[in-house]
Amino acid sequence: MAVRVQSEAFDAAAEMAALTAGREDIGAVASFTGLVRGGAIRAMTLEHYPGMTERALAAIEAEAHRRWPLKASLIVHRVGRLLPGEPIVLVAAASEGRHAAFEAAAFLMDYLKTDAPFWKCEERADGTSDWVDAREADGTAKARWG
Amino acid sequence: MRVLYFAWVRERAGRAAEDVAPSAGVTTVSDLADFLAQLSPGHAAAFADRTRLRVAVNQEQAGFDSPVAANDEVAFFPPMTGG
Repeated sequence: MAVRVQSEAFDAAAEMAALTAGREDIGAVASFTGLVRGGAIRAMTLEHYPGMTERALAAIEAEAHRRWPLKASLIVHRVGRLLPGEPIVLVAAASEGRHAAFEAAAFLMDYLKTDAPFWKCEERADGTSDWVDAREADGTAKARWG
Repeated sequence: MRVLYFAWVRERAGRAAEDVAPSAGVTTVSDLADFLAQLSPGHAAAFADRTRLRVAVNQEQAGFDSPVAANDEVAFFPPMTGG
């Protein structure tokens, strides 16, 4: 189990390889990587609540381990100013079989969206910027886990 | 009491953090919000619509009816938008 909050970019492939290195008890690892979408957005700045963020991510990860028989897991979330195409977040869940890995990875993301204290501010091409509003669909996605 | 603000709440309040010493009558997050809203026009703007605010007490999600005490860390922020 590990959670990290960092400004530096991460290499998702290297993170996944490290998660399962030397392990023969893991039969499945599922991951999700979130990227900054471009289009009307020139950059995105992520603010967080140092201290609470790490606690919240660790609590979400612990809940995933309580619900599924996971062998390993990882949450990496970036903060600071990010450009289109850059990775924002990586979650990974490893288990003996695929179902627990797939479900736990989706669970980690759904809970992270609503329960981890991060806030996105989008910079548009015209130089204006705005805080991103929370999406109702994110609350619905979390609720499906009961 | 340590008060923290994040995202647009921080921008409206004009600060990221401040130490306050409200009167003994301030026993809940709601009482504290009333107290803070009177500190400046920026604070008033930050607390104008509490339905848009979320709160944490000592780094745990809480509500406006949650109790607060002198040594607590209380944070106000918009709904989270990470991921």
